[in-house]
Parts: sequence; structure tokens; C-alpha cells
Amino acid sequence: MTEQIYSALIAILIGVSAVIIYFWGSNWILDALISKSSRANKEVLREKIRPWLFAGPALFFLTLYLVYPVFETLWLSFQNSDSTEFVGWSNYAWLFNDGQFHITLRNNLLWLIIVPTLSTVFGLAVAVLADRAKFGTVAKSIIFMPMAISFVGASVIWKFVYHYNGEGDTQIGILNAIVVAFGGEPQFWLSMEIWNSVLLMVILIWIQTGFAMVILGAALRSVPEETLEAAIIDGANRRQLFFRITLPQIMPTVIVVWTTIAILVLKVFDIVLAMTNGQWETQVLANLMYDWMFRGAGDFGRGSAIAIIIMLSVTPIMAWNIYRFRKDEAGR
Amino acid sequence: MSTQSSFLPKFFNGTALTALVILWLVPTLGLFVSSIRDKDQLAASGWWTAFNESKQVTFARTDLPDTQQQIDGQFVLSGQLTAEDGTEYRNILAFGSSSRNPEEVAAGETVKLRNGANLTVNSDGSYTYAQDKEITGSRGKRIFFAYGQPPRFTMENYENVLDKGKIGQAFLNTMAVTIPATVIPVLIAAFAAYAFSWMQFAGREWLFAVVIGLLVVPLQTSLVPLLRLYSDLGQMFGFESKGYPGVWMAHTGFGLPLAIYLMRNYMKSLPGDLIESARVDGASHFQVFTRIILPLSLPALASFTIFQFLWVWNDLLVALVFLGQGEDQIVLTAQLRALLGTRGSNWEVLTSGAFISIILPLLVFFALQRFFVRGLVAGSVKG
Repeated sequence: MTEQIYSALIAILIGVSAVIIYFWGSNWILDALISKSSRANKEVLREKIRPWLFAGPALFFLTLYLVYPVFETLWLSFQNSDSTEFVGWSNYAWLFNDGQFHITLRNNLLWLIIVPTLSTVFGLAVAVLADRAKFGTVAKSIIFMPMAISFVGASVIWKFVYHYNGEGDTQIGILNAIVVAFGGEPQFWLSMEIWNSVLLMVILIWIQTGFAMVILGAALRSVPEETLEAAIIDGANRRQLFFRITLPQIMPTVIVVWTTIAILVLKVFDIVLAMTNGQWETQVLANLMYDWMFRGAGDFGRGSAIAIIIMLSVTPIMAWNIYRFRKDEAGR
Repeated sequence: MSTQSSFLPKFFNGTALTALVILWLVPTLGLFVSSIRDKDQLAASGWWTAFNESKQVTFARTDLPDTQQQIDGQFVLSGQLTAEDGTEYRNILAFGSSSRNPEEVAAGETVKLRNGANLTVNSDGSYTYAQDKEITGSRGKRIFFAYGQPPRFTMENYENVLDKGKIGQAFLNTMAVTIPATVIPVLIAAFAAYAFSWMQFAGREWLFAVVIGLLVVPLQTSLVPLLRLYSDLGQMFGFESKGYPGVWMAHTGFGLPLAIYLMRNYMKSLPGDLIESARVDGASHFQVFTRIILPLSLPALASFTIFQFLWVWNDLLVALVFLGQGEDQIVLTAQLRALLGTRGSNWEVLTSGAFISIILPLLVFFALQRFFVRGLVAGSVKG
């Protein structure tokens, strides 16, 4: 055990010091090399090169790990399982005729509608309620806590909630225990189609509500007091105040929260893998992709085609983000 | 916000919030309570009854037939129900005539067995087994019964899962993945963020727009090409394609867009005069960055560090794809997922294993919640 700790420590040290040595060393070399050249252009040339030393590693990693793979994946999606032959659209044709893929699309659509919406609604509710309650800070911390828990950890937590013992046995899963206490029959929840997907969604809602709460809470605090006061003077009641004044003002943030969670939903993989691995018609895109990537010897063509589908579904959000950024920058 | 306050809405608010908090807390509470319960009690009763006496069903054997006595024309075996390890059962709730029906009658009553014998078990664990013929056989007769066990809490599950469940080793592996995969992108992104906010170079705005676009690119599109690249490079240069450096770099690549975005926005908000005057005084960009900007940017650095730490610690996908799944490389999430597959109903293993895997992120999270929240808000309100 101690030996492993040492080797881990050494690995950590090497990895981190390599980065520090690069930044310190490359700048030192730049200063040393160019100070020997002619004086007039020295400063100009140096400052032309230095930004690339600063941003270079980041650009290298972004290119190698995110930009290049998108194009490579696109290319691979037109090739066969071990990428030795060009097959045109056949991976996509197969995909759109595959029954499993239809179920997957249906599930992803359900996830996309239910999870971001409910997370946002719950998050907003908690943000509003906690602002008024005495124990608001504690409540917010507790709702926020699942954000720190891994999807796999959360899956274990919830699998225990959904646990099923045979009828007549003592139920140790709290959901079945509640059902039995009210006179119902215990169920093997994870095998009940559609409902099982909803139960998996509950896990992600449980995690993401804290995120929505924090962001929307910050937006609520930035609503100017004057508009609220003016509305009160005009005789608005609490409900009108919230739905007619506050909500419209924080609507842009609500949309940002919704889309952020929607992007996460498209990539959700761990929960489905750990809970059902796509059995009982719970498959989603990200898990289907992983499945094809490693099924048997791995089918890189089909796996890539599914990855491209995921990529295409986030592209509109990506374009919107860039558009917003350029507009913001122009306004500065 | 609250301007009109009357009793009813306030009461409603409090109740609704309390209900939500309980709903959010109960699943995790169940995990924690279960992880420290005796494993037999955990399997036999709900965790919400952890403080109650729990009912266990088992069997024990009577004394050997050669200890039988003849009383009133009957052959009688009597004694105390005792477990094989010698502990006596003292709190019998019910017993029965066969393994199928171990709770047929309450303690103190008598039941007629299929072979005609009469069996009586009292709640203190004493029993009488009587029949008309001589009792035969070389072993004691089996008695099936249910007994109450006082609640028992223990750390055994943890000792067990750390060692046999290989969670201890996985914890170290996760550390070895997480620390460099957090520090390296923070360093790289800090330098890049400075370049994007305070240095002049061709294509700066354009490149930063690309970074914004990369914020939402799904990991999934990177997996196949990188997997192929790693194995090609591994074959070419003769190293193992799955290993720690590969994972560190992958996490660096995937974490950089958010890191650069957060830190660039923060650095851009620092006063420009500060940098200008230092530059006029002859400081190089390297000096300005390390001596002025870096110390000032600590809050943004802290925010992202927590993000990346949580993200890497909790990641499963990248670890499954780029790390070996042997004992020397498997991380907590992957090990936990493996346990879910192989030990799916051994909740003492799963609950304690899961708790070990979430305890460090939870501590970091609660200790540094302020920075985390600040980073979240900065990262998404504008995005």
C-alpha cells in the first residue's frame, strides 16, 4: 500500500512539475534568446511570440482533445466497424431503421423535456421559498448537496430507494415500503417500462435542482427593488408580483439554466449504465454510444454515428452561445 | 421579496420547503444509516427501523437425541436454543414446524410437527421436543424460528469493503487521477486566460469564440478518435495505451474550455491601469502575470479548481475509456459500478462503498461552497 502511495505521489509530482517547467522555462528561453538580438526589434518580437507561449498549451489541448476529434468522428461515422472501409451513409441508415435506436430517441426526448423542466421548477421554488424561510441557508445547502455526489454514487443511493424484495418479504427499499404501508403491492420498479426511465430521471433532477436553485437565486436577488415596489403600490398581490414582475425579469436566466441542464441530459451516461445498462427499454444516446464502442471488438462506425447525433443536438445551443458572446463583446 | 406577510402563506412556505428538504435528504440518509448497520439486520429490515429491534429468521438444532429423557411415557428433548458459535437465543418471537413456515405460532405455544412430535419454544429460548416414540437420528432436530435482535451498529462493512471490495486501492487510484487532472488544467488555463484578456495577438477574439463554442461539445465525440490515437501511439512507441498520463491529459483537454472561460472573464474585470503601469515600469508579461494577476485571480482559480476536482473525482466515462480496469488503475466510480454488477444485493458492501466514494467531495464541497457557488454563477449566467 505505501509503495503505491509513493508511486502515485511521484506520478503527481512529475505531471505537475512538467507543466510548471514548461511555462517558466519557455519564457526564460524567450528572454534569454531574444535579448541577444538587435535592440530595436527586441521588445516587439518578444511580445509577439509570448502570447503563443502562454496560450500554446491550451490551444494544443483544445485542438487535440476537442476540435480534431469532432472531424475525425464525423469521418469515422462513414466507415465500417474497424474503420477500414468507407461505407457512406450506411451507419446512419442502419441507425434510423433500428428499433433500439427509436426507443433511445424516445427516451432521450422524454429526458430532455422532463429533467430540465422539473429541475428548473424545483430550483426556482426552493430559491423563492428559502429566501423567505428562517432556515433558508441550511435548506439551500441540503438541496445543493447532491451536486457534489457522483452519478454512480447517486445511482447506488437511489437503487437502494427503489430496491424490491419479493412479495411477502420485508421491503427494505423505502419506495416499496411506503407502497406496502398504504396497502399496495410492491413492484420491481426498474423493469416497469416508461416508469423506469422516469425513476432514472428522478436521480438527475435530484442532482440538478441545486444548480438551478443557485443560479436562479442569484438572478432573483438582482431583480431591482423599484419595479417590485411600484407594482405593490399599484396593488399587485404576491402571485401577480411573482408571475408578472419577477418571472419575466429572470426569464433569460431561466432559459440559460434550462439549456445548461438540457446539454447535460444529452450526455447523461453513468446513471443509465449503473442502474439498468439500458435494459427494460431505458436506453439513452450516450449509453448506446458507449455500448457500440465496446460491444464485441467495438463498432467504431456505429459508435461514431451516434456520437455525431449527440453533437448535432447540441450544435444549435453552441451557435447561440457564440452569437450571444459576440453581441456582448461588441457592446462593451 | 416578501412584502405582505400573513400567517398562512408563511406557514405554507415553511411546510413546502421542509417537505422538499426531507425529500432531498432521505435517500442519502438511508445510504449512511445502512452503511453502519449490521449486515444481517440491513438485509432483513428497512433502514428507517434501524433503532428498533430487528426480526431475524434462522434455525438451530436441539441437543443430540441421546440426551433424551423419558417423562410421563413420552420421549423428551429439552434445552436452550443456541447458535453454533455458542450464543444463546434469548428473545424468541415465533417459531414453526418447517423451514417454509418459521413464524407459524408465537413463542410459548405448541405446534404439532409432521412426524407427530409436539414442539414448544418459549420466548426465553427454552424448548421442549416431545413424542411418543423414541427420538432417533445422530443429529439434533432442526427448529425454525424468528427472534428479535437489538439494533447493532458497526464499522465492519467499511473494513470489509475497503479491503475485499478493493475500495481502498480504488480511493488511492482516484487520488492519483484527480490531483494532476485538476492542477494541470488550472495552470494551463490561467496562462491562456491571461493571454486572452491582456495580451495582443492575431486571431484573439476569433479563438476565444471557438473556446466558447467548445464549452458545450460533448465528450462522446472525442472518445473514439482519442482511443485510436492512444493505441496507435502506444504501439508506435511501445508504451501501455491505458494509463494515468493519458487520463490527466484527457481531463485537461475536456476541462479547459470552462476553465479558460471562467478565468478570462475574471481577469478581464481586473483594473487595466494596474497592468499598464507595471508594464510601463518595465515588467514583462510573465512578471505581471505571476506577481500581480495570479494572486488577484485566486477566487476564480479556486472556483474552477473545485469544479474540476468534483468533475474528475466523480467522472466515470473518461476513466472507463482511458484507464485499465485492473486493480492498479480502477477508480472509485468504476469500482462501485463493478460492485453494483457483481454484488447487486449486498447492500452492506454498496452502501459503505458509495459512502467512501462521496465523502471527500462532500467535505470539499461544504468547506468551499462559497467559491463553488461563485464559479457556477459566473460560468452560466453569461454563457
